Amino acid sequence: MSTPSNLTAADQAANAAALSYPSPLKEFWQSFSANRGALIALIFFAALVLAAILAGVLAPHSPTEQYREHLLTPPAWVQGGSLQFLLGTDELGRDILSRLMHGARLSLMIGVVSVVLSMLPGIVLGLLAAFYPTWLGNGIMRAMDIMLALPSLLLAVAVVAVLGPGLVNTMLAIAIVSLPSYVRLARASAMTELNKDYVVASQLAGAGKLRLMFNTVLPNCMAPLIVQGTLGFSSAILDAAALGFLGLGAQPPLPEWGTMLASARDYIDSAWWVVTMPGLTILFTVIALNLLGDGLRDALDPKLKKLA
Amino acid sequence: MLSFILRRIAVVIPTFLGVTLLAFALIHMIPGDPVLVMMGERQIDPEFYASALKRLGLDQPLYVQYWHYLLNLLHGDFGTSIVSNEPVIREFLTLFPATLELSLCAMIFACLLGLPAGMLAATRRGTIVDHVTMGSALTGYSMPIFWWGLILIMLFSVSLGWTPVSGRISLEYDIPPVTGFMLIDTLLSGEEGAFKSAAHHLILPAIVLGTIPMAVIARMTRSAMLEVLREDYIRTARAKGLSRGRIVIVHALRNALMPVVTVIGLQIGTLLAGAVLTETIFSWPGIGKWLIDSISRRDYPVVQGGILLIATMVISVNLLVDILYGVINPRIRHAR
Repeated sequence: MSTPSNLTAADQAANAAALSYPSPLKEFWQSFSANRGALIALIFFAALVLAAILAGVLAPHSPTEQYREHLLTPPAWVQGGSLQFLLGTDELGRDILSRLMHGARLSLMIGVVSVVLSMLPGIVLGLLAAFYPTWLGNGIMRAMDIMLALPSLLLAVAVVAVLGPGLVNTMLAIAIVSLPSYVRLARASAMTELNKDYVVASQLAGAGKLRLMFNTVLPNCMAPLIVQGTLGFSSAILDAAALGFLGLGAQPPLPEWGTMLASARDYIDSAWWVVTMPGLTILFTVIALNLLGDGLRDALDPKLKKLA
Repeated sequence: MLSFILRRIAVVIPTFLGVTLLAFALIHMIPGDPVLVMMGERQIDPEFYASALKRLGLDQPLYVQYWHYLLNLLHGDFGTSIVSNEPVIREFLTLFPATLELSLCAMIFACLLGLPAGMLAATRRGTIVDHVTMGSALTGYSMPIFWWGLILIMLFSVSLGWTPVSGRISLEYDIPPVTGFMLIDTLLSGEEGAFKSAAHHLILPAIVLGTIPMAVIARMTRSAMLEVLREDYIRTARAKGLSRGRIVIVHALRNALMPVVTVIGLQIGTLLAGAVLTETIFSWPGIGKWLIDSISRRDYPVVQGGILLIATMVISVNLLVDILYGVINPRIRHAR
């Protein structure tokens, strides 16, 4: 039961709500959470991040401790498995679940570091190319074309061949390899913004080049860059695992997912779990990141949504 | 038309020069003395060192060295392997057919499955068929193919024993290389069972290498199809009373194929990168495995030459796709 005065207050509130736009964050969330796949991916990814951060506490065993009397123990639900090792143990008797959790740290770190290391210079180079389109811009774009001439994994292999294998060099190689995509994207979105009135207006108001670049134009170019960053994250994890598998990435005994698979190869005829578990983890993580990227793109860039 | 082709080639030349510069720099960026790097020796007596320095031209200023490097490339000299003492270009040409055969079969597999899958998903948009197909495409697209290869070996080679684990053909056959394509060579040799053995060896690697392109093709076909199915002429065709299958296969597919063909052309990079992994898993004697083996053997002249040759190939194929696209579509040819 409500009194007439209450009704009018509610009406006014409703009217105000209808007239004002929802906050950008809320609008984004509404659009993003409508995508069921992206939402599931977000939950999976959050769980993965949590497992990685809390690996030291949650992991049942140390990732490097070798239980000599439990070599190649099958997962708990298979005959011969034990609850002590939920996903089984590898050829040295190390607990696979614990290694995967600690490996998540490495993979997430590789993803974050290589995305940041390529996105920041990529944005600066892309903006420079857009603001100085003559010789500087042309030079930058030609250099990027050269890098794009080689498939990314091959370029990463070449970089590692020069720098030597290892975790740090893997991150560097992936950062170098993914640079062109950010440069191209930043340049393209900055170019479309440059002709708009608000940019001209702030130019006339006396804004300097730096202010124009980073304060005026850049915030309006962020949506596609964020999406690219998410997709770059997934390909960084995939490429790092591939390098690890080839023996050019993180070196044993580091529990990197790809490196784990490299040593698992000899057991395809005897211990399927040693092969299956790390690969499934990579696959699910990459699927989740790709779904997240798609969801972000649809939510941040509604123009693209209708096409798919 | 000619001016269009020439213009495209002109754009590619600086890129190619840049790649040569990259390959040239590779040897000099490797930590350590370039002479030792190129000779692959740890201990070397001073006299031999001096002669090697002179012979490799490493005593010259860098720009002179680069110029000589370019001249050598133009004469087809891509360096000499430290391990086998063979010219890099000869090793490349012997191994390349194996990679090409694998890649072509992978592409055929990808098209045979990807195109119908994309069409099916587009015509059944929003149904369970669409969701399942696109879910599988997403999985294929996200697949760590080195793991996928191991899983397929585990399933079909180890458990079921249907296919061999590695190599191009059983050891019992000795096939003289004529074309370098095992499938053709075995037919030419007339040996009984050889072709079957070669085909058996090819199936799993082709599936593994074709998985990502298949997913990309399926996604692209679906979205291109959806776009085309919305056009007026499709409604006209429907109004004329044409069957659904005829509309989709004859009328819609032809126009939807355009972007799909471009995507197929652009997959060459994915294929070559995938070949590195696929060939390593299946011990397939192609250029991908060659490159990885050379890195672990520290055979840097091969790494340098191999990377340059692969980049050259990617550039040329992209150029070809570009030009073909212009040939098919006059709007692109006459733009600017």
